[in-house]
Formats: sequence, structure tokens, C-alpha cells
Amino acid sequence: MFQAFLIKYGEIAIKGKNRYLFEDALVAQIRHALKQTEGSFRVTKEQGRIYVEALEAFDYEEAAEALKRVFGIVGICPVVILEDEGFARLAEEVVSYIEKRYGDCAKTFKVQTRRARKTYPKESMEINAELGGKILEHFPGMKVDVHHPELTFYVEIRERIYLYSEVIPGPGGMPVGTNGKSMLLLSGGIDSPVAGYMVAKRGVKIDAVYFHAPPYTSERAKQKVVDLAAKVARYAGPVYLYVVNFTDIQLYIYEKCPHEELTIIMRRYMMRIAEEIGKKTGSLGLITGESIGQVASQTVQSLAATNEVCTMPVFRPLIAFDKEDIVTLSKKIDTYETSIQPFEDCCTIFVAKHPVTKPNLNVIRRSEKNLEEKIDAMVAEAIETAELVVVG
Amino acid sequence: MNTGKEIYLDNSATTCCYPGVADLVCRIMREDYGNPSSMHKKGVEAERYLRNAKEILAKNLKVSEKELYFTSGGTESDNLALIGAALANQRAGKHLITTCIEHPAILNTMKYLEEQGFRVTYLPVDESGTVRLSDLETALCEETILVSVMYVNNEIGSVQPVSEIGALLKNRERPVLFHVDAVQAYGKYRIYPKRLGIDLMSVSGHKIHGPKGVGLLYAGEKVKIRPILFGGGQQKDLRSGTENVPGIAGLGEAVREIYTDFDGKIRRMYELKEYFVKGVAEIPGTAVNGPLVCEGAPHIVSVSFEGVRSEVLLHALEEQGIYVSSGSACATNHPAVSGTLKAIGVKRELLESTVRFSFSEFTTREEIESCLKSLTALLPMLRKFTRH
Repeated sequence: MFQAFLIKYGEIAIKGKNRYLFEDALVAQIRHALKQTEGSFRVTKEQGRIYVEALEAFDYEEAAEALKRVFGIVGICPVVILEDEGFARLAEEVVSYIEKRYGDCAKTFKVQTRRARKTYPKESMEINAELGGKILEHFPGMKVDVHHPELTFYVEIRERIYLYSEVIPGPGGMPVGTNGKSMLLLSGGIDSPVAGYMVAKRGVKIDAVYFHAPPYTSERAKQKVVDLAAKVARYAGPVYLYVVNFTDIQLYIYEKCPHEELTIIMRRYMMRIAEEIGKKTGSLGLITGESIGQVASQTVQSLAATNEVCTMPVFRPLIAFDKEDIVTLSKKIDTYETSIQPFEDCCTIFVAKHPVTKPNLNVIRRSEKNLEEKIDAMVAEAIETAELVVVG
Repeated sequence: MNTGKEIYLDNSATTCCYPGVADLVCRIMREDYGNPSSMHKKGVEAERYLRNAKEILAKNLKVSEKELYFTSGGTESDNLALIGAALANQRAGKHLITTCIEHPAILNTMKYLEEQGFRVTYLPVDESGTVRLSDLETALCEETILVSVMYVNNEIGSVQPVSEIGALLKNRERPVLFHVDAVQAYGKYRIYPKRLGIDLMSVSGHKIHGPKGVGLLYAGEKVKIRPILFGGGQQKDLRSGTENVPGIAGLGEAVREIYTDFDGKIRRMYELKEYFVKGVAEIPGTAVNGPLVCEGAPHIVSVSFEGVRSEVLLHALEEQGIYVSSGSACATNHPAVSGTLKAIGVKRELLESTVRFSFSEFTTREEIESCLKSLTALLPMLRKFTRH
């Protein structure tokens, strides 16, 4: 029954002169999200509102789901569009809308009219009162309550007349692309895709880097990360995924450094490489799925040790989350099932039985001295040969 | 590193399709696409392909065409044989016997039958991966209605004493049905079910250079069996559903071709296997699992490599264009440790270090040489980097 959606957005409405930038980004994200659904749509921006109008047959559920993934939207209102064929006809249409949508309805309500076309022969207040009267006539169980109605029927008089009564909550946040770009360190685990999702929700465009260690990690492990990037891309728009071959660096560290420090040193190089690629490709920050104390490499001491090598800000949106909460979120954004596929990632293959949990920075730096001979060239090569996969 | 040429040593997982088979399948899909149940000429033409395939298979197995049923593959054949025969014969008893090294298509079907109230005995195997007749004799009882034993084990290539089991079962007062999962054996052995005392036998197309998605169940004329799929009543009501004509024709053609110059092919495969096993023995820290070269199937070798995880070795070989399998390919999504290797007593620390190499008639001596060379080069490197 619906032919359009009215999109409500919150935070971005208050951004002063930058407002049009935010609205344009939102329109672009909406277009992108709808591209993956059946049907074609016109997305327009007028007078502080965004309208999505279907141009042909479309799948209502699918389109609504797609819109629910667009950051910056706070509400999605399914709209019925009527041709203006006089007020009597409008009243009939409103009654029939209520019948179709709510059946034999017995609730408190109000009518709220917005007359954008000032040449319409009746004023807003008049329309409210008269339509309210018609509704009361047809539905004896209904009652007017202008302060706390259970249902509000919105009537917008434009070239045509827009009628809606529901607001589906959107995801909130800010449109992707309005807050720069950051580089997500994406492993195959549960946390990193969630971290990417959360930062994207604040309007940040996401690139990602994955450390591949063949033959210790398989093609399937890489495919899993591509699949996860695709899930993040459903929210964040297309993700540029850089696949870095990390094997040689990992083996070199293994050969030259104490095994207990392997994970920390490895992670320091991952951060360095991610930052380097990020700098070259326009990222302003790094994103990780770290959470304090979750594993040995995520104690506060370890985090400090890995953080030290970066000059970019590192965003760790999950830092104070419990695992359970992260799992709940990953299920919500549909990355959980993919994340738990049992393929080994490069963080676990050489993990020591008793890795250091309170690394001493001086000790770590001294160990890294053992790598001096070749490591810069190896890092440069890893960056040079990174494979770019565009996902979503 | 990768020389560009692929060396496929995973023929127990699946095989390449014979070009003649692929051409035939393609032609039937594009031109002779009729439904064999249709009354018109297109239908008759399609039916002719079915009859032709049946003729080839019946002749090859020395059975009657009436005793052949086409399925979607080995798994369905196993399901139909076990469930169909168990349900049809349950009044005579509810005891079934199989081995502990069967393919999951058997083991999980047995598990299902256990849930349906059947009792199942799982026979152990000796260290070469073979069941002992004495164990079978002990397990048999008044209640036993069916015994299911695989011909060739898919992980280590051990060959079961099918003919002896058949004879044992036929000599009993109350006959017991004998099902053989011959998925890994067909195309490697000449198998005549009637002479071996086999009542039901499963075969798969894609293991013998035929198409995927097609298989065969042989069911002796007197065997009581019920359908597990219901529908239009095709294949004498036992297996409803429009016949997979291209697949079935492809299966027939594959059988014709694989059994051409058969003895020569098998002899060459044993030579290659012997050469490979000898070569592997020269690499320190390796052990070949299962039967002796000549006692096992011609195409399967299972090797444990001390100090290397099979998955890592598999991917390292893959980088050189060599494809092998860790344990059994069917278990990829359940990286649980192999049941067969455990059953034959492979040491715990080697269970996750075992790789299966499997050959076909297209495997060459150069390929084996190249694989041995890669193993010799890779192993010291891989052993240097291990978990601590």
C-alpha cells in the first residue's frame, strides 16, 4: 500500500552551515543502500526532508530493512501518496487508509496537517478538525487526544498529498562519509567487524586491512574476512580491503625474538603497516576491535605497547565492552555466524603457551632491535604487494 | 614458486570429468533435454539415454538392469540403502552392524536410525584399518537384519574383506542383508555384487571421472526396500523425481571409459603409489598409515608428518600448485580429528599431522616426483616454525 518513505534525521539537522553536506551524504547513502534491493527509487531532498519514492513495483520489507541500515536516519515513515482530488475525496482516502492499516480501530488519535502548498483552499487547523470529525464518524471506538495520542495521522499537502502514521526507528548515528575515513584492522574474529560498524555509525568511512599468512592461514580464512567486510559494507558502504601478506614478517619475528613477545611485536607491526597504508589512502585514524583484558595482547600494558607505534589516533569502540555484549551486537549486525567459522587467523598460529601479559616497552624495543637488518624492507614489500579487494 | 602447472592429488575428494563425459552431458542439456516420462519423441529420446546408461552399468556389474536405481550421489545411495532396507525389514529385527571407519553418509544415517529405535553395532578395525571376521561373527544375532561395510576406506585406502563377509552372511540360517559402500572402490576394482554376496551397493559418479550430483544404488531383485523420497513414482516407485538424464548418461559414459584398458591403469597406479611411498619413506619423520601398498587400494596414501600441522602443509603444497587433502575432504567444515585414523591407532600427536594423497589414472610419475621434491624442500622449513 505504501509508495514512498519519508526519512527523518536527527543529529544532522543541527549542524548549521554544514547541513547540506550531511544531507547530501545521507541521500548518497540511501541511494547506495536501496541499490541492493528490488525496484528503483527517486530520492529527493526538499524543505528539510528526504523523500524516497518508488518508481515501480518494489519489495516494501526489503526496502525498509535497507533503510534501517543507513546511519543518520532516526525514523522511516512509510507514506501513502494521494492525488489531490478535492477535500471530500481526501477524507475518504484517510478513512480507507485507517481501515486497511488498523482494521476496526479503537485508539486515541490526532490529525496533524502540514500545508506546504499554501494555495490549498483549507488551512491546517481546519483540515485537522474536519478530518478528525470524519474519522470519529467512521470509527466509533476512536477518541481524540491532542496531547498524548496513540496514533498520529500526518497529512502533508504538497503537489500531491502525503499520508503517514508510523515511524519505524532508524539506526541513528551520522551518515557515512561525513566524518572522514579510518582504517579498520579486520581479523576473522567477532570483535573487529563490530568495531568497524560502530565507528561507521559515527559517519566515518571505513577502509580495512587484513593480514594473510599463507600457508599458515588458508584461502578460506581470507574469504571469510572478505565476507565480513561485505557485512560491514551493508552499513558502511563499499569497503576497500587491503590484504597484506604477513608470512615473512611473522616468520622473521619468530626467528629473531623471544616467543613470549611474538604476539605483541607482531601486533606492533600490524599497526605500523595499517597506519602506513592508511596514510597513503587518506585515512585519519585506525580502528581495532580491542577490549581491555580480553586476551593477553589486550591488557592495558599490551595496548599501551601496541599503541606506542602509531601516530594516528586509534579508535577502540569496544574497549570497555564485555564479550557477551560484543556477541549480541555481532548477532544484530549479522556478522556472528561468519565470524565463528573455524578458520585459523594469523594471530593464533604461532601463539606462545605463555605470552607476556605485561610487556615492558624497553624490553620489547630491545627485541625489535634484532629485526633491524631486514624488517624495514619486509614491511615496505608487504605494503607494496598488498592486494586491494573492493567489497560491497 | 608456483610453476603454473597444477598437480591434483586429491582424487578421493573428487576427480576431473572425462572430456567425453562432459561433452555428452553438455549435449544432453542443450539438445536432448526431454523428460524421459514424456510421451513424445523428446521423452523417448531422453529415455534412450537412461536405458543406454543402465545397460552399461548392468553389464559392468553383471547384474540385471532392473536392479539399478539412479540417485543424486553416494550419500543418497547410502541413505536409501540403509533407511529403506531398515524400515522395510524391521519386523524381522532391529539390529544393524557397520564399522567404525565408515563415511559420515553411513555413520550419520546409522545415528538417525538409532533415534528411530534401531540398535547399531560399530565394528572395530585392526591397525591396517580392516575389520576382523571374528568380530562380525560375534556381533551377529537373531535380530540382525543388515550389515553395511565400505569396500575401500576413503581416508587410508584399506580394503575390507567384502567377499568373505558376503559368504559369511549368506551361509546363515536367517539371511542378513549386506550393503557395501563402494564409492571409493568402484572404478578401481571389478565388482560383481552377486558373486560377492552383496545385496545393496552405493556408487558415486564424480569419483570415477563422471559428473557430480549423480550416483547409483544397486539393489538385488529380492531385497525388500522402501523409498525415502516420495513423488511421481519414477524408477519403480523407489526413487521419485525426474531422472537426472545428463548426469546418468555421464555416469554411464564414465564407467565405460574407466573400465577401458582397466588392468593397465590399475597397474600403473600401483607403480606410482609404490614409488611415492618409497619416496616418502626417505623423508625423515614420516609414517605411512594403513595397509601395505599392495593390500590397500591403488589410489590412496595416508601419511603422517611429525611436527607439521596438516593444514599448514596442505596450504604450503597448494602454493606450489599441489592439491592434497587433510584427513578426509568431507570433514572440512568440521575440523574434528579423523575417526578412521584414531580407529587404527595413529598416535595422538600425529592425528593433526596427517595428509591424504590420492591418485587417478591421469597422475604421472613426473607429478609424483615433483610432489616428493616439494615435500622434501618444505618440511624442514615448516618444522622450523611451530607452536610453542
